[in-house]
Amino acid sequence: MALDKATVARIAILARIKLPRSEQEHLARELSAILGWIEQLAEVDTAGVEPMSSVVAMRLPMREDEVTDGDCRDKILANAPAAAHGFFTVPKVVE
Amino acid sequence: MGALTDLTIAEARDGLAAKQFSAREMTEAYIAAMAAARPLNAFLVETPERALVMAAASDARIARGAALPMEGMPLAIKDLFCTEGVLTTAGSRILERFMPPYESTVTAKLWQAGAVMLGKVNMDEFAMGSSTVTCAHGPVESPWRRPGDNRPLVPGGSSGGSAAAVAARAAIAATGTDTGGSIRQPASFCGIVGLKPTYGRCSRWGIVAFASSLDQAGPMTRSVRDAAIMLKAMAGHDPKDSTSAPQPVPDFEAALTGDIRGLRIGIPREYRLDGMPGEIEALWQRGIEWIKDAGAKPVEISLKLTKYALPAYYIIAPAEASSNLARYDGVRFGLRVPGQSLDEMYENTRAAGFGAEVRRRILIGTYVLSAGYYDAYYLKAQRLRTLIARDFAAAFERCDALLTPTAPSAAFAIGEKQDDPIAMYLNDVFTVPVNLAGLPGLSVPAGLSRDGLPLGLQVIGRAFDEATVLRVGGIIERAAAFTAKPAFPAGGG
Amino acid sequence: MAEIIQGRTGAWEAVIGLEIHAQIISRAKLFSGAATTFGAEPNTQVSTVDAAFPGMLPVINRHCVEQAVKTGLGLNAEINLVSVFDRKNYFYADLPPGYQISQYSRPIVGKGKLVLDMPDGSSREIGITRLHLEQDAGKSLHDQHPTLTYVDLNRAGVALMEIVSEPDLRSAEEAGAYIRKLRSILRYLGTCDGNMEEGSLRCDCNVSVRRPGGALGTRCEIKNVNSIRFVMQAIEHEARRQIELIEEGGTVEQETRLFDAAKGVTRPMRFKEQAHDYRYFPDPDLLPLTLDQDWVEALRRALPELPDAKKARFIADYKLSPYDAGVLVGEQASADYFETVAKGRDPKLAANWVMVELYGVLNRLSLGIERSPVSAEALGGLVDLILDGTISGRLAKDVFAAMVETGKGAAAIVEERGLKQVTDSGAIEGVIDSVLAAQADKVAEYRAGKEKLFGFFIGQVMKATQGKANPALLNDLLRKKLAG
Repeated sequence: MALDKATVARIAILARIKLPRSEQEHLARELSAILGWIEQLAEVDTAGVEPMSSVVAMRLPMREDEVTDGDCRDKILANAPAAAHGFFTVPKVVE
Repeated sequence: MGALTDLTIAEARDGLAAKQFSAREMTEAYIAAMAAARPLNAFLVETPERALVMAAASDARIARGAALPMEGMPLAIKDLFCTEGVLTTAGSRILERFMPPYESTVTAKLWQAGAVMLGKVNMDEFAMGSSTVTCAHGPVESPWRRPGDNRPLVPGGSSGGSAAAVAARAAIAATGTDTGGSIRQPASFCGIVGLKPTYGRCSRWGIVAFASSLDQAGPMTRSVRDAAIMLKAMAGHDPKDSTSAPQPVPDFEAALTGDIRGLRIGIPREYRLDGMPGEIEALWQRGIEWIKDAGAKPVEISLKLTKYALPAYYIIAPAEASSNLARYDGVRFGLRVPGQSLDEMYENTRAAGFGAEVRRRILIGTYVLSAGYYDAYYLKAQRLRTLIARDFAAAFERCDALLTPTAPSAAFAIGEKQDDPIAMYLNDVFTVPVNLAGLPGLSVPAGLSRDGLPLGLQVIGRAFDEATVLRVGGIIERAAAFTAKPAFPAGGG
Repeated sequence: MAEIIQGRTGAWEAVIGLEIHAQIISRAKLFSGAATTFGAEPNTQVSTVDAAFPGMLPVINRHCVEQAVKTGLGLNAEINLVSVFDRKNYFYADLPPGYQISQYSRPIVGKGKLVLDMPDGSSREIGITRLHLEQDAGKSLHDQHPTLTYVDLNRAGVALMEIVSEPDLRSAEEAGAYIRKLRSILRYLGTCDGNMEEGSLRCDCNVSVRRPGGALGTRCEIKNVNSIRFVMQAIEHEARRQIELIEEGGTVEQETRLFDAAKGVTRPMRFKEQAHDYRYFPDPDLLPLTLDQDWVEALRRALPELPDAKKARFIADYKLSPYDAGVLVGEQASADYFETVAKGRDPKLAANWVMVELYGVLNRLSLGIERSPVSAEALGGLVDLILDGTISGRLAKDVFAAMVETGKGAAAIVEERGLKQVTDSGAIEGVIDSVLAAQADKVAEYRAGKEKLFGFFIGQVMKATQGKANPALLNDLLRKKLAG
């Protein structure tokens, strides 16, 4: 599947990575080459095969309903690029 | 006795026990070696003060007769492991200045086992790479050189800083992580031992995630015995990681009996790639002879989907990564590049914070998960993964371990393969299937290329059977008698 | 109860489906050990997992799973023994990991149903499509600063059940009844407190319009409506808006809208997630959630009696009308209160006292039944005094008012104020005689056929006895005397 510039622009928006128009074509070529190589998978018949999302052969472990964490605002905010009055802050969003 | 920094963990343990030297002396020797190795750009952060404090604690325990299994061992920690109060960047600009308020489970276990932290080592950004060139902090140079050729070589990747530090005697061992070969391939390139344990053996808690269903931490050492000692300290069930296996951790060192008589060792015929250098093939053949000489039985087996593992991996790993890396958004930690709106801030931050390879993989991953492509790419790859795991399961009905080359080539020069992502990806052709199936894999230095560079052989085992993998690896190690030393530090080579 | 909306060009009907986000009652969050208490200082109930710090991993809270299964059982729904957690990927300031852990293709609970009790006593079955477990997001405050949005992650990671209905609802009233019923079931089960003001129950409304019985129209989703009244207003307005739009030749665009409570209108959401491509995929940090059938059955056996069963029992055992039974079972506490009052007494009288007098007082004082100034036992004591003839029903109302006022028991008040009913026929006859003597002209009128004066004489006797005459006895005696 060859990716066109518009598709590259769309996925860059989905991924929230600014992509200058000038790079779209180069990236479209590069990603198309990778996808073209990936598409050799089509040669394998996988009909009826269960998809594997984990190799772990066990049940999902569960924890008890106990408060064991939190109450550490300073720790949570210490790395923040911007914070005020105990909140993280970001450019204003209009809903 | 030679330099302290030439000792393996096992040797240093004996030396400390016999009071031939102190933990402090050994740590000081490594602090000096670490400083001397700065030209390699392996260490991102050096923590000599912390190392000396930890060494003093080791000496106190040794004096009390309460030495721990990794007592006084100065380690390099891959920058993917969160270390409390010590800068952790995952080799990325987007995490510049990030100080984790917690310690990863694996490193915490190492410190609890008495190990000493020397510092944090460089890596491919977010562990995405096979050369340790895609780092925000500049490439790492391998301590090796081709004889008579001073061009800097890559150490392999993504745990290239770890491999370089261990090979250059700037750390007695290092932690690595392996998503598609990131421990084993740099171990092969740098002439050291690298073990990727079974998925679930070591906790992923506190390790910056690349691809959650594939990532696994493991030891990078100068001997198979060291790998066994260090794995025991790193491994174990962690209730904070839902994918961590509640499996007992055996005494891996005790498994190094030197006896592999009667073991059936699978030789997968599909690993004979078209165009693979003859020296790799020859090395592999020598490995087969060694295990035969040791009384094991080579068995030709088939892993017929081998060639599809890599493309399947390049769907699954980027897909998971595209989601795992969404948290780097300039809001709670790391880099923020301002923007007029929230979205603009995100886009500016992520464009500036991620390097080219990470951006490429995030875009691929976003694409293969997006509406209309999910089935054709992501689900297809997941189905392939099932088939690949089944291939291994079938193979292990006929044999106890597999023997393969680790990588299809020796180290290459920095700058080579940089403009061809696919050529770079092919480095991992022998290691990636192991991650997809969640199995343990060990790379052991087995010889030198025509160019005088290290080459490794890989031993693959059943899930949670690192003991057998290490036992077979020990045989290869002994038979190969790999004694070559890198050009750095001077006096080696 | 398909409600027809008359438009300019004819009749229309609304087709409504609701997605309710119900916050699970639990001490800790779904995937982290941080607390869930409402109203804490910003970012004080946040762990490094909730804030999606690098390398942090989710571990599921068993209690939250149990709560979801209990709710599924309460909705007569299929419980899926294997379900899967997926990541729903999108960027937003209060979604730290850039994805919400949710359940997409394999939810923990499948199809179920809920019975609506309509005010006219009829009932209607509404399909439940599914219930799944997911994490809540944090909270963005847009009004604290001129150019910044403030982000509080206390709520991030709190366990939610998303309960999705089939598009079976046909009017704002039905939507309101659906939420009330669902909330009642959740409260009975103790799985969600149903408090809409605190956001523990939030509603997204999918609304479309069509010609009655015709093909489905394009739907709009109204996000995050936080009271039943607003849900009803929003649906009402949105249906009207769509009808007017179509009738003016326009077409309804599928979009997400917000309800402006101040203006009573819906408007398009300005902040739009790019093309809604959520890229769901199974969360590789988690494994499929597997449940044992035995465990599910144990939960089923331990379920409390739910509103529908309780209502049926009230109708059968206490001979209450469906309407009364429906009102009483609405809240577990009121049902329990009623049963305490009714126990060993006349259930209809008990129901009447609870629903008329007690509810009247609670309404006036804006109190929930849990905080009633008169306990169920005390009200039972009052009913006892009525039933054994100690006081009349009329006086009982005064006694009840005094009970509310003073907190004292009925018997004490009756004693204190000398309100004990006069049941001595001789005494009553004496009073009747003097009343009739004083009102000779009225007696004559009565005997001439003006029988409605009977009530007047009753009133006069009651006045003279300060209401203490036993009404039945008085009635009897008076009739005899007047018959002369």
